[in-house]
Amino acid sequence: MTPENLIWIAMLLPLVAIALVFIIGEKSPNIRESCTIGIAVTLFWVTTRLAGFVFSGGRPSFKMGEMLPGFEIAFTVEPLGMLFALVASGLWILTTVYAIGYMRGHHEKNQTRFYACFASAIFAALAAAFAANLFTLFVAYELMTISTYPLVTHHGDEKAKKGGRIYLGILLSTSVAFFMLAIAWTWTVAGTLDFTPGGILAQPNIDGKISDFQLSVLLGLFAFGIGKAAIMPFHRWLPAAMVAPTPVSALLHAVAVVKVGVFSILKVSIYIFGIDLISETRLGEGANPIMMSDWLCYLAGATILLASLVAMTKDNLKARLAYSTISQLAYITLGAALATSDSVIGGGMHIAMHAVGKITLFFCAGAIYVGAHKTNISDMRGLGRAMPLTMGAFLLATLSIIGLPPGGGAWSKWFLALGTVQTGHFWLLAALMISSLLNIAYLIPIPIRAFMTPAGEAPMKFKEAPMMCVVPLCITAVGSVALFFFGNEIYDVLLPIATSAR
Amino acid sequence: MIEQLPVLVIVIPLMAAPLFVLIGNRKLVLLLTQLVCWTVFGITVSLLSRMQYGPISYELGGWPSPYGIVYNVDYLSAFVMLFVSGLGAIVITYAPKSVEREVHHSKHSLFYASYLLCMTGLLGMCITGDLFNVFVFLEISSLSSYALISLGKTRRAPLAALHYLIIGTVGATFFLIGIGLLYQMTGTLNMADIASRLQAVESSRTMLVAFAFMTVGLFIKMAVFPLHTWLPNAYTYAPSVVTCFIAATATKVSVYAFIRLIYVIFTPQFAFERLPLDSALMAFSLVGIFVASAAAIYQTNIKRLLAYSSVAQIGYMLLGISMSNVGGLTAGITHMFNHALIKGGLFMVVGCFALRIGSLKLEDLRGAGKTMPLTSFAWVVGGLGLIGVPMTAGFVSKWLLLTSALSLELWPVAVLMLLSSLLAVVYIWRVVEILYFSPASHLAKTAKEAPMAMLIPTYIVIGSTIVFGCWTVYSAGIAHAAAESLLGISQMGGVQ
Repeated sequence: MTPENLIWIAMLLPLVAIALVFIIGEKSPNIRESCTIGIAVTLFWVTTRLAGFVFSGGRPSFKMGEMLPGFEIAFTVEPLGMLFALVASGLWILTTVYAIGYMRGHHEKNQTRFYACFASAIFAALAAAFAANLFTLFVAYELMTISTYPLVTHHGDEKAKKGGRIYLGILLSTSVAFFMLAIAWTWTVAGTLDFTPGGILAQPNIDGKISDFQLSVLLGLFAFGIGKAAIMPFHRWLPAAMVAPTPVSALLHAVAVVKVGVFSILKVSIYIFGIDLISETRLGEGANPIMMSDWLCYLAGATILLASLVAMTKDNLKARLAYSTISQLAYITLGAALATSDSVIGGGMHIAMHAVGKITLFFCAGAIYVGAHKTNISDMRGLGRAMPLTMGAFLLATLSIIGLPPGGGAWSKWFLALGTVQTGHFWLLAALMISSLLNIAYLIPIPIRAFMTPAGEAPMKFKEAPMMCVVPLCITAVGSVALFFFGNEIYDVLLPIATSAR
Repeated sequence: MIEQLPVLVIVIPLMAAPLFVLIGNRKLVLLLTQLVCWTVFGITVSLLSRMQYGPISYELGGWPSPYGIVYNVDYLSAFVMLFVSGLGAIVITYAPKSVEREVHHSKHSLFYASYLLCMTGLLGMCITGDLFNVFVFLEISSLSSYALISLGKTRRAPLAALHYLIIGTVGATFFLIGIGLLYQMTGTLNMADIASRLQAVESSRTMLVAFAFMTVGLFIKMAVFPLHTWLPNAYTYAPSVVTCFIAATATKVSVYAFIRLIYVIFTPQFAFERLPLDSALMAFSLVGIFVASAAAIYQTNIKRLLAYSSVAQIGYMLLGISMSNVGGLTAGITHMFNHALIKGGLFMVVGCFALRIGSLKLEDLRGAGKTMPLTSFAWVVGGLGLIGVPMTAGFVSKWLLLTSALSLELWPVAVLMLLSSLLAVVYIWRVVEILYFSPASHLAKTAKEAPMAMLIPTYIVIGSTIVFGCWTVYSAGIAHAAAESLLGISQMGGVQ
């Protein structure tokens, strides 16, 4: 199979899954779920094959055709998108296994719709990861918003309706009001929307068509328009999305949806503006002109700290994890805004590191809910004795989120910190450090208390969640540590995105 | 036979209508009406497919123009005729069950005859190259639509029809006055002939007055804000089938006549440079979009909600037309087509609700997502199209409009247009939440899913909004060709 064919095969597979899930339906849930798992495994295999080509320097591309005159749906795979696709497709397998345990353990309704929407979200994630131009990326982005709405409102009650309203309201309005405008503006200025190494706005033919100040405004339209990156003040949708069943929160609101957001921001920074353009364009006069993206750096820094602080106040585990995600996403936005080669690689790396770590934490939250019916952290004292595997996994993943070795997150945070130093943003370096401390403060006590504190009324007997839930979360927990030992490899595969500039 | 197609598209339904009144057997009339509609659709398809060999000019009775009446088929008219007859055919296929319930049995053959006449009038407005003929067809379609609306079940239907009749007649009269003045100045009624003689008299005040009368007359028929007051009641109280057809086609054909007026008879230079019609149009469109969308949000009747949305959507078409470049015109024409599909489809969904639930109040639709899953899902898909989500037809027109606004550096227009489309999210999603997340009303609880005979046509239209959202060769592509030829014509007019 040529890599070109692998692209469309990879994107076709989730669609096949949707069709199969609907055809089989509620008649035989076992066959329905094994189809999903079978396709997820095939998809992962296909993406690894594709990764082999891409990481060794290939840039396979595939054109679907023109959707509108002059606007093509086309796909080109580059390392950043490949890494994202690998993470999403790999975790889809584990999440499906986990979802079987969770959804059945919990007697959820409408499981056919659930698995179908799940597959369509994966389709959208892949389409976004492989997108060759902003137009394709936008289409995939919006498709993802729509296809995840039924997942967020899965329970169909008043709370779900409210959550869904905020979810759809914020994501749709930001993308229509800002993102779409930014894309159309880029198109009128540059005449193309293709992701180009070095950035299409940095090309010589753009000179004079857009002023430095306008560039900064355009960056703002992108940063706020890509609401999935959850930069404050457009972050409210993410906690609202937590009304969804936990597998959704795990794969979509820790991995696929939010990562599409930050991934898009990285893509815009690298391939639309070009990191050199961002770091060399200065606003203001005098001795110390500021970088055009400085405001975004500080906004990301503020989001990192504020979200961490809010996370500390949340007693509901999923809500705390949601705010932690907002904070961690801002790291990646920060990497894009700092626009040095180390910072964008750090950002790209954090997509993978945070994904594996955070999905573990959400898996644990769901397992605790299924196994012990607890959602509040204050009720989890002594739970470590009943659920040692779950809580152990939680501890390992926490290391990665905080950025402590041997957690994978240590590397990405290291490169992001390098980026702040290289650009002289020492306040942001301080923000990163403080945030790590805050991470420790709001995450570590959970497993510690679970193991150390004597249980109040909590059951002392060993009672884990179903195996279908526990096994995936153990795998991802081990994975989040294992990634620490592959830091160098990930750095190497991502290196081309930063050096192919010019 | 082939060369007679341009006239057959009018003659067949026009002759069939009175014949059907004479037949009177409602089953037979229904069958024959469907046959006629699909035949006409077939003719328009073959006319459009002939456009690649250039426009067709058909001289009625062999009288050469400008002495006789000519029928002109070019990309634009063929395209508009195609979707008018296409929706006409699909709606009449969908109609029987709904008409059975909403229209009194004794009126059925009259109903179908009026339906055919209405379609004839709309098609005639598209095809004719004679200005007075446009007026005649405008009146044919208007009078028959007054009749159709008055057949609605409630007693408010005749009142709504009367209201429409009064305002609509004012509009038609204005249009006629304009034609009279034009005839006085140029001595001809043939559009191309008028265009070639206008140069000499363009600067006269009479021309300005004629243009103003015709524009306002058409604005009334288009239901441009603030001349839209007839529309919400007419749409709400008409039988569902009538609303589907009229909402999808009638206002668009008036938009079409307006495009002809500006780009073929007069010139864009006259309309947009001598007169500040472009900025006035933009202002009216944008205000209309916001006001009507906001009004839609507060409606309690689903049909009236869609009616206000229609008033808003006309604004997007006029925005595109007022840009007077190929991009804007393409966007406007594409949106005529896309909106015809989307709004036609949504009203068909509403017709399904009307049949099974018997009420169109939003509170009675609560929880219908459970009992009528297919119908409700069609609403979601059509609604996404109206909002303009990617991969739906609505996105295509929105994107075209946005890019051409930005290429003209009309920043406020671009921003306001995007913001206004968020209002559509509110009124569409309000209904979605009512359908899916509310405890079922007693009417919705016992409702059955709509019959396949209605669902299949509905899904064909709703599905086509997805098809034309992903694949635009035959929507934006044809609109682009039409826009180019319109601007080409007007440039030649400028040279003469």
